[in-house]
Amino acid sequence: MKHTISVIVENKPGVLSRVAGLFSRRGFNIESLAVGTTEDPKISRMTIVATGDDQDLEQIIKQLYKLIDTIRVFDIPRDQEIERELVLIKVSVNDKTRKEVADITKLFNARIVDVSEKSMIIEISEEEDKVLNLEKMLRKFGIQELVRTGKIALQKGGKE
Amino acid sequence: MEMTGAKAIIESLKKESVEVLFGYPGGTVLPIYDELYKEKDIRHILTRHEQGAAHAADGYARATGKVGVCLATSGPGATNLITGIATANMDSVPMVAITGQVGTPLLGKDSFQEADITGITMPITKHNYLIKNAEEIPNVIKEAFHIARSGRPGVVVVDIAKDAQMKTIKNFKYPDKVNIPSYKPTTKGHPRQINAAVKLIQAAKRPVLYVGGGIIAAGADKELKEFAEKNNIPVTVTLMGKGSFPGNSKLYLGMLGMHGTAYANFAVQEADLLIAVGSRFDDRVTGHLPSFAPKAKHIHIDIDPAEIGKIVQVDVPIVGDCKNVLKEFLAKVSCKDKHEPWIDQINEWKKKYPLSYKSGKMIKPQYIIERTCELTKDKKTIIATEVGQHQMWAAQFFTFLKPRTLISSGGQGTMGFGFPAAIGAQVGVPDAIVIDIAGDGSIQMNIQELATAVINKLPIKIFVLNNCFLGMVRQWQEIIYDKRYAATNLCANPDLVKVAKAFGAEAFRVTKSADVDKAINDALKVKDRPVLVDFVVEKEENVFPFVLAGKPINEMLID
Ligand SMILES: Cc1ncc(C[n+]2csc(CCOP(=O)(O)OP(=O)(O)O)c2C)c(N)n1
Repeated sequence: MKHTISVIVENKPGVLSRVAGLFSRRGFNIESLAVGTTEDPKISRMTIVATGDDQDLEQIIKQLYKLIDTIRVFDIPRDQEIERELVLIKVSVNDKTRKEVADITKLFNARIVDVSEKSMIIEISEEEDKVLNLEKMLRKFGIQELVRTGKIALQKGGKE
Repeated sequence: MEMTGAKAIIESLKKESVEVLFGYPGGTVLPIYDELYKEKDIRHILTRHEQGAAHAADGYARATGKVGVCLATSGPGATNLITGIATANMDSVPMVAITGQVGTPLLGKDSFQEADITGITMPITKHNYLIKNAEEIPNVIKEAFHIARSGRPGVVVVDIAKDAQMKTIKNFKYPDKVNIPSYKPTTKGHPRQINAAVKLIQAAKRPVLYVGGGIIAAGADKELKEFAEKNNIPVTVTLMGKGSFPGNSKLYLGMLGMHGTAYANFAVQEADLLIAVGSRFDDRVTGHLPSFAPKAKHIHIDIDPAEIGKIVQVDVPIVGDCKNVLKEFLAKVSCKDKHEPWIDQINEWKKKYPLSYKSGKMIKPQYIIERTCELTKDKKTIIATEVGQHQMWAAQFFTFLKPRTLISSGGQGTMGFGFPAAIGAQVGVPDAIVIDIAGDGSIQMNIQELATAVINKLPIKIFVLNNCFLGMVRQWQEIIYDKRYAATNLCANPDLVKVAKAFGAEAFRVTKSADVDKAINDALKVKDRPVLVDFVVEKEENVFPFVLAGKPINEMLID
């Protein structure tokens, strides 16, 4: 099962490699990892998507807590999560397809951020499923390049 | 007070009451060594290899309970510490390793003797630091010692750039308190879990206490003894737990697992309640995991939350300091049922399957351990071991009565550990008789430390059980690989007596069982230098019981 784990850490040198190293060393697979500072610049927040059963998850969380720089770790329950991933997609277009790609972009609430003769860059910031759907829809036009930030997430309502 | 970074390091160590450093100099620690040269309160022991320094600091810590400190230069000096760091950390030994690092302008440039030691040691330390700025020194050292000794103890590496050692600190002030908001070990067990455990213990018919090094780290041996005796609960120990419970107690089952006693393994397999305290279900203990303690409910007490549920799912997890938790058990548990049928059953197993060996023409290695135990029994004795068959025989045939009397590499099983660790133990406990039980393979891994022991007049006894083999590996080859002895024959061993004498140690050889007692007594008489006794023993003796890898622990080879 896929889990979204938030890890709040001291913003210190090496902390990213401590966390990433822990995952690989203990055999836990990271699907994506996004990291940045929080409202407090001395503290960073990592959002990690990882797969594993409940027992794996419990171990990951405990092992993360063992890192001295870890302040808090939590698994955000599916139904309480606001998640986003920002993706940039460069799609091949020509005079015939440009309009169709633009329409699809609109349908998805995505944005065209660059247009050239043979390609367009589309930006989407959405939940994972929607991003995947857009990607699927655009595939037939030819995706030249794609880059994603990795998922970030917050829990709804009061502080977690 | 104004001072250089190097001086600040020494002052900080003094504030931590460090009495001794085990180290080896080099370019990037020259400023520290220059301060040590002027220093009277801290003793420096120059080992002959940085690995020796790390193991010595480890042995010192295991013998005294204090934080061991080692010191090495950057690059190869620091990488030579690695085995020692991994060994200590795996056995939860409090240690601080200080390494020099190239100056900050040279960092990241593949400079001479640069190695990314914080990167390298990340997976084998509790924590580590790179100090680039002299002002950070007091705070970091304060934190390093706090982290090393609190919670589940471990190793902290402090890597200090050379320019930080040379710069001046305006105002040296050693902090009184540490404040690491993200690090607050839980030491008190949760009341609800304690109550749940108490219920299980009261109801058990066939309980077993399965205890490890955590008891020793927590100083909980008295509580353990009281609790076990009050409620008549038998106790089995791991290798790391040897000495946490008196080996001459009626309730003592000896070690469990791969080379455990048959009765400990049977008891665990038949138990209806396993109370694991400061132990971690290592694969050498559990054997085939799904069939380990199949009839038992599990209570697991550990200060490290990550140990609980890591290997086995438990019925009652208790995160906390063993000493606190056992104290609460003592107050709350009073078993009306004294488990008599259970104790009788265990006593029957003890009678039927005692630890034993057959005598033969050559000296039996087990006999040497038995005699060593007997001839030192009224003396304050610390046994260190290397790794292999001799280590298991030492664990099986020496009766350990007190904590910190066996110093052995459990988690890593590091050959070459015992002798330098014995040096650390002897420095830490000068009035103890320190004996390194060694194999002829292991002793050659850090034999250079004889020079350290000689120059420091450390009267360590090295008892080599010389079987001309890498015996433990040979045993596996005999039993599992049909006697194909690939790369385990040590017939080209040097004359260890001559080697030891060349270093300035006392040394002699023993070839007959009848001479064993005299040899041990003679060795015990040497007070001013190390003594190596080369016991020529039965070559192909095996350690039994033996649970083959992947088998349930009650399916062991008994002889
Ligand atoms: C550093 C290291 N290398 C290799 C091993 C694997 N190993 C385990 S026991 C052993 C043989 C030890 O031989 P010896 O010291 O002569 O002791 P004996 O088993 O003969 O008592 C070896 C090679 C190890 N534990 N540590």
